[in-house]
Amino acid sequence: MLGFIIQRLLQAALVMLAMSALVFVGVYAIGNPIDVIISPDATQDIRAQAIARYGLDRPLWEQYFVFLGNLLRGDLGRSFLFGMPVLDLILSRLPATLELTLIAVLAATLIGVPLGIYAGYRPDSAAAKAIMTFSIVGFSVPTFWIGLILILTFAVSLGWLPAGSRGPTRELFGVQWSFLTAEGWKHLALPALNLSLFKFAMMIRLARAGTREIMLTDTVKFARAAGLAESTILRRHVLKLISIPIVTVFGLEFGSTLAFAVVTETIFSWPGIGKLIIDAINSLDRPVMVAYLVLVAALFVTINVVVDLVYALLDPRLRPGARA
Amino acid sequence: MSDTSVQTPVSVPAESLGTAMPAPAPSAAAPVSPLRAAWAEFRENRIALAALVVVFVIVGLAALAPWITPQDPYDIANLSLMDARRPPGYVGSGGYTHWIGTDANGRDLLSAILYGLRISIQMGMMAGTVALLIGTTLGISAAYVGGRVETVIMRIVDLQLSFPAILLALVLSALLGQGKAQLITALVAAQYAYFARTAYGAASAERRKDYVEAALAVPLSGRRIVFRHILPNVMPPLIVVATVQVASSISLEATLSFLGLGLPVTEPSLGMLIANGFQYMMSGRYWISIYPGIALIILIVAINLVGDQVRDQFNPRLKR
Amino acid sequence: MTSPLPDGSQPLLTVDNLATHFFTRAGVVKAVDGVSFSIAKGRVLGLVGESGSGKTVTGYSILGLVDAPGRIVGGSIQFEGRDLAKLSPEEMRRIRGKRISMVFQDATATLNAVLSVGEQMALAIRAHENVSDRAVRALALETLAKVGIPDPASRLKAYPHQLSGGMRQRVAIAIALLHRPALIIADEPTTALDVSVQAQIIHEMRELVRMSDTAMLWITHDLATVSSLADDIIVMYAGKTVEAGPTRAILKNPRHPYTRGLLDSVPSRNPRGLMLPQIPGSTPSLLRLGGGCAFAPRCAFATAACTTAPEAVTEDVRSLRCHHPLGQAA
Repeated sequence: MLGFIIQRLLQAALVMLAMSALVFVGVYAIGNPIDVIISPDATQDIRAQAIARYGLDRPLWEQYFVFLGNLLRGDLGRSFLFGMPVLDLILSRLPATLELTLIAVLAATLIGVPLGIYAGYRPDSAAAKAIMTFSIVGFSVPTFWIGLILILTFAVSLGWLPAGSRGPTRELFGVQWSFLTAEGWKHLALPALNLSLFKFAMMIRLARAGTREIMLTDTVKFARAAGLAESTILRRHVLKLISIPIVTVFGLEFGSTLAFAVVTETIFSWPGIGKLIIDAINSLDRPVMVAYLVLVAALFVTINVVVDLVYALLDPRLRPGARA
Repeated sequence: MSDTSVQTPVSVPAESLGTAMPAPAPSAAAPVSPLRAAWAEFRENRIALAALVVVFVIVGLAALAPWITPQDPYDIANLSLMDARRPPGYVGSGGYTHWIGTDANGRDLLSAILYGLRISIQMGMMAGTVALLIGTTLGISAAYVGGRVETVIMRIVDLQLSFPAILLALVLSALLGQGKAQLITALVAAQYAYFARTAYGAASAERRKDYVEAALAVPLSGRRIVFRHILPNVMPPLIVVATVQVASSISLEATLSFLGLGLPVTEPSLGMLIANGFQYMMSGRYWISIYPGIALIILIVAINLVGDQVRDQFNPRLKR
Repeated sequence: MTSPLPDGSQPLLTVDNLATHFFTRAGVVKAVDGVSFSIAKGRVLGLVGESGSGKTVTGYSILGLVDAPGRIVGGSIQFEGRDLAKLSPEEMRRIRGKRISMVFQDATATLNAVLSVGEQMALAIRAHENVSDRAVRALALETLAKVGIPDPASRLKAYPHQLSGGMRQRVAIAIALLHRPALIIADEPTTALDVSVQAQIIHEMRELVRMSDTAMLWITHDLATVSSLADDIIVMYAGKTVEAGPTRAILKNPRHPYTRGLLDSVPSRNPRGLMLPQIPGSTPSLLRLGGGCAFAPRCAFATAACTTAPEAVTEDVRSLRCHHPLGQAA
């Protein structure tokens, strides 16, 4: 088991390396970085100074190694736009995005999965059809449009909830979280709802598809033949079998949701890393872009490893050394 | 089990041969071709059928846009700021009614929406097609060639699959700049992996089947095997993925446009129309954002409904 | 057509004119269309037929396990004084696994791959009784030992994929035996196993059934297995029973051409080196049955009379549904 974990970690490290190289090359090689810092009509001297200062005259691979070295030391460079260390910048904005994403994905799973199981268990019922229609809408409608509608309805027309920005925060484990305050929840409500709708629809569809398939298997027939009650079958057999794909999707979707927060944060002016990357892209703040992408890649790789491990926990067939 | 048609009869008294055999009375329909059967099954889902009709109508309207709209929204000479931000039903300086109102630049919203739909559909279909071609080629090659090539290709694909499409599209879009070709590149890069993974899965399942091994042993030429055997079996899941991805491309393009990337301001796609109208929502001029949004949603939901039904039909594990 | 009763004993299960139809998009499939038989306590009835004959659906129908779009449309299933076809879902559930159990063909598909053997047995036990963990464990161990699984204690913690195919099927059989049912329906339980394991399991099941006086309905396509195991045989074709009677009598003297054809194609009954005799043609699609005898298109003895469906005729201990029976009764 330990060998399995180590192997996965090594693979992860390799992937990270590849990703960092890709990201670096992609971002730095396209376009001319110097034009962001220095206005075009600066003198040659100032240009040369700036180039030397930011090391932009070195060959690309050398720049990459410097970058890598800094990276491992925790130094992600300085933002062109904000003038502060990128690491600090990202860390200061990360909690906002994390709490938004976590709440959104948890809500989507905890409500979506039971609804999906019901829809899969009784696929021809009116309730199931309603659930599925709703899920198609949630799945198809672009997130940004839902955000607009939410703002229009709840903030402008009804005036119940604020249209943007984060609420007051309180500290936990040295970090500021806004879900710890009542007022904070009012601000969290709309963006979290916005972010979760897509995942919500996806969880419903996944749970429904899985349940439908499982209900037709001989496993369920045999359980019925043994006299198990339907609720027991759903709870002990179906849920366990379905949890494997759901956990996988949960893990992967967490990362994807984090990325999608970009749109939600823009609409709701939520001060997270999503808004940060948009600003960085618009102003070609390359250090921030690179750091963000590397961070996201790291997050994904970690999630993948965790999902693999949980997978092995849930499906005994995948545990190493399980062969009879 | 005796379900063969090998004619080795048991000892037969001669006189009972050649006597009248009862003809089976026709009870059910004559056998239908798989395509017709699939269409019949599709037709039964009223919602999916309606959705298909909607898709055709929208595509038709969008294709005919240059001929049926009162205004070419890209021609700046046609626009007059006097017509800007007018509510639905307003009769503009061109002498015709703006059925859905006008936007901040004085564009007739109905025309803009139809043209915007054109762009959305174009982008969606082109990105989808290119991604399909690239992804399928990669996936089938990986499955067919096997070995190192397979591992390398699929590792890259897996890597890419776990990376969120929107981020990739965002960054590429930002780096490549605006324009149709750039946008399509970004969309394709974000989506080919789904096709590759699906094609690979189906192709390697086929590849392992005995009849392919047999064909390879004969040996039939590789191309023949791929085209005549592997490809037809890879098609069904790919069609499902393609429908979903087209809808996803359209949605992604709209999101990118909304965020200010993608296409230049002179060719407003639906996403940009919505973005432009965002600021006016608070002051009550909702139509500038809402109607383009509704058009977009109808298109995407319709495509997804069709895709859903297609997927259910092609899923072997749901067959009785 | 009813199987004869052994003298003096009451039948445990009486199926009378059972009909189970599937209402599909392509038409109505009459999978079971007028099947009648009884099983007495402690007796083994072999239900023989090719795939598509309706034998499996008959088994499902008894336990109410027929999935949509199928359902029982006629007939009765008398068991312990009640008609199973008319019971409520909850009443039926209480019978399943407790009074009547079923074993399926492929234990790899029937056992849940993500639950341990112990968990699955516990679920089956608790479906009908509320007992302590210790009692559950004791019963599970005892039953596993009964089906011949060595070292049951370690097997309880194992997962299905860690066991061999034969072992898995034994676990499934054990689950079927947990509540000491009066009747076990076994649907081709050995078909998916290696030949050597097949013979073992058949032998063990025969012993188990004899020892506990459990009745068994053994569904199979293989006449050979049924000959060593069953007291009586019923042959099904295209949803109907075509012949029934005590095993020895049927095997020695089959009266229906189909039964004859089945017997003649058994490899062990034929001299080596010659081509195996086979029944010409193939099983009919249940969607396109005509009005007459379903076997007529393949029957060497068919005449114009066969355009009308033959009725089942009972004679002493045997039954037959044929216009042109072979030979004389033994």
